[in-house]
Amino acid sequence: MATELSKLFRNRRTWATIALIDALPTLVAVLLALTDPGPRPGTGPAFLSAVLTDGTLFPLAALALVLPLFLPIAVAITAGEAIAGEAQQGTLRYLLIRPVGRTRLLVAKLGAVMVFVVVTVLVVAVTAYVVGVLLLGDQTVTVTGPTTSVSGTAMSTPELVGRTALAFGYAMVCMLGVAAVALFFSTIAQSPLGAALGAMMLLVASTLLLPLDAAEALHPYLLTRHWLAFVDLFRDPILWTDVLRGVLVQAGYIVVFLGAAWANFLTKDITD
Amino acid sequence: MSGGTGVVRTHGLTKRFGHVTAVDSVDLDVREADVYGFLGANGSGKTTTVRMLLGLVLATSGQIEVLGSSMPAAGREVLPQVGALVEGPAAYPHLSGRANLALIDATGPGGDRRSRRRRIGEALDRVGLASIDDRAVRAYSLGMRQRLGLAAALLRRPRLLVLDEPTNGLDPQGINEIRTLLLELNREGTTVFLSSHLLGEIEQMCTRVGVLDGGRLVLQDQLSALRGPTGRTEVHTPDVDLARSLLDGTVEEHGDGRLLVRVPDVAELNARLVAQGVRVTLLAPEHRSLEEVVLEATTSGTDRFGREAGTP
Repeated sequence: MATELSKLFRNRRTWATIALIDALPTLVAVLLALTDPGPRPGTGPAFLSAVLTDGTLFPLAALALVLPLFLPIAVAITAGEAIAGEAQQGTLRYLLIRPVGRTRLLVAKLGAVMVFVVVTVLVVAVTAYVVGVLLLGDQTVTVTGPTTSVSGTAMSTPELVGRTALAFGYAMVCMLGVAAVALFFSTIAQSPLGAALGAMMLLVASTLLLPLDAAEALHPYLLTRHWLAFVDLFRDPILWTDVLRGVLVQAGYIVVFLGAAWANFLTKDITD
Repeated sequence: MSGGTGVVRTHGLTKRFGHVTAVDSVDLDVREADVYGFLGANGSGKTTTVRMLLGLVLATSGQIEVLGSSMPAAGREVLPQVGALVEGPAAYPHLSGRANLALIDATGPGGDRRSRRRRIGEALDRVGLASIDDRAVRAYSLGMRQRLGLAAALLRRPRLLVLDEPTNGLDPQGINEIRTLLLELNREGTTVFLSSHLLGEIEQMCTRVGVLDGGRLVLQDQLSALRGPTGRTEVHTPDVDLARSLLDGTVEEHGDGRLLVRVPDVAELNARLVAQGVRVTLLAPEHRSLEEVVLEATTSGTDRFGREAGTP
């Protein structure tokens, strides 16, 4: 596990990916600061209108920005790379005869991907906070008083911090679902690109099926269905239904795809 | 399977990919302190066999015993004592050679952290990369990568070395160095299992040879036994015609200052030739070359798909 982390974070590409993901919310903050009228309340990505009144909320807006597309793609690439990348480089056979147990390798790879997600989300959150406060101001300079929830009631700072932590935790569970899918593809694909594409196809398919009424029967089971439900954590009282459903759906994906990845990898002939 | 001296033993080892039988009931027997040459044309199943010994490819049927334990079940105990080079070296291209060795050493059991630096230094020294700098492996030549792969195999002083085409990409000087190194390691007690399609390489180094052809082990014996005398005597002389007329009936082959003679008494033959004024420059029992033995035992290479290549 430690060696997997060192491999991941000694690679310049990992940092480039994080920087790219981080660039999007920063760009949005700059645009918001420069253009006067932001999106009206109730339109645009979650929290953006709230951000205009309080820059300290910007980390949440940033999360809402990167969660639907940027973060899952980065996770799909990183997890898709996990096994297929080692296989393509030829290092997989040397790892396995070292010997590293196949189950252990799979778990270590998944762990490394999740650490990657944590680091990325933290970097995004910290940058967003700094950028938000600098460009959009914090509540000491705004006149709206205490932060308000999405439902319009006041929220204390500890409550806000707790809910933000919950929201980030929820995002982690969602990304774990993506990682499980990509890891599965990584054990069957010949190339890391193929594995990442496989996982991304599933993401795109899920996103495309969501607005389609004819696919309504599938909706509750789609991977991305409940991703943005973390917004509900900021309602008063917290609206748990969708969040819990989201966790259940992700858990389903995690169990099925990790199980499949494990079963496939354990019985696979390593011929590359 | 019994006997304490077996380092690699397989029994009825078979691997099928779909309906293609890549390895067909192979019974390998590699003994302690052997330099075992595993010969075979490209596509004969050498690499698949090596991969099965190391637990990378799972056998369809048959048993494998490496260092006295069953593989792949006992991989955790067996593999730390095995150093291997399978189908070319591999390394993380963005890291230096030393960093690669440290990383691979840290991933598995038996890589003591305190002695790591020393062991890496020793291994690099043995393969001739002692003065290597911090360049990333990306910038290495094929020969350097091959040496680095070998260093990785030597890192934990293995009891068994399994090397698949270890001299690939090396220049003649490098090949010679590696050969010297392997023989030195063998003298220190390491059993070497060397897979190659280069007859010359095997003939120069190995004490025991196994030949794989179309997935079957067609030959396995001590090199000295395989290269045994043919029963004929080789005579070198500038007076070929004179010798032929003298030895009429016993000459089986001749040409270019050389005759192959089948006689019961070599001393008598020599006396007769010299008495008749034939200038003899060499008189020796004929030995078969490994190449002859191998060609005799095998059909054409399996990467040939000519009309006659279809083996029944």
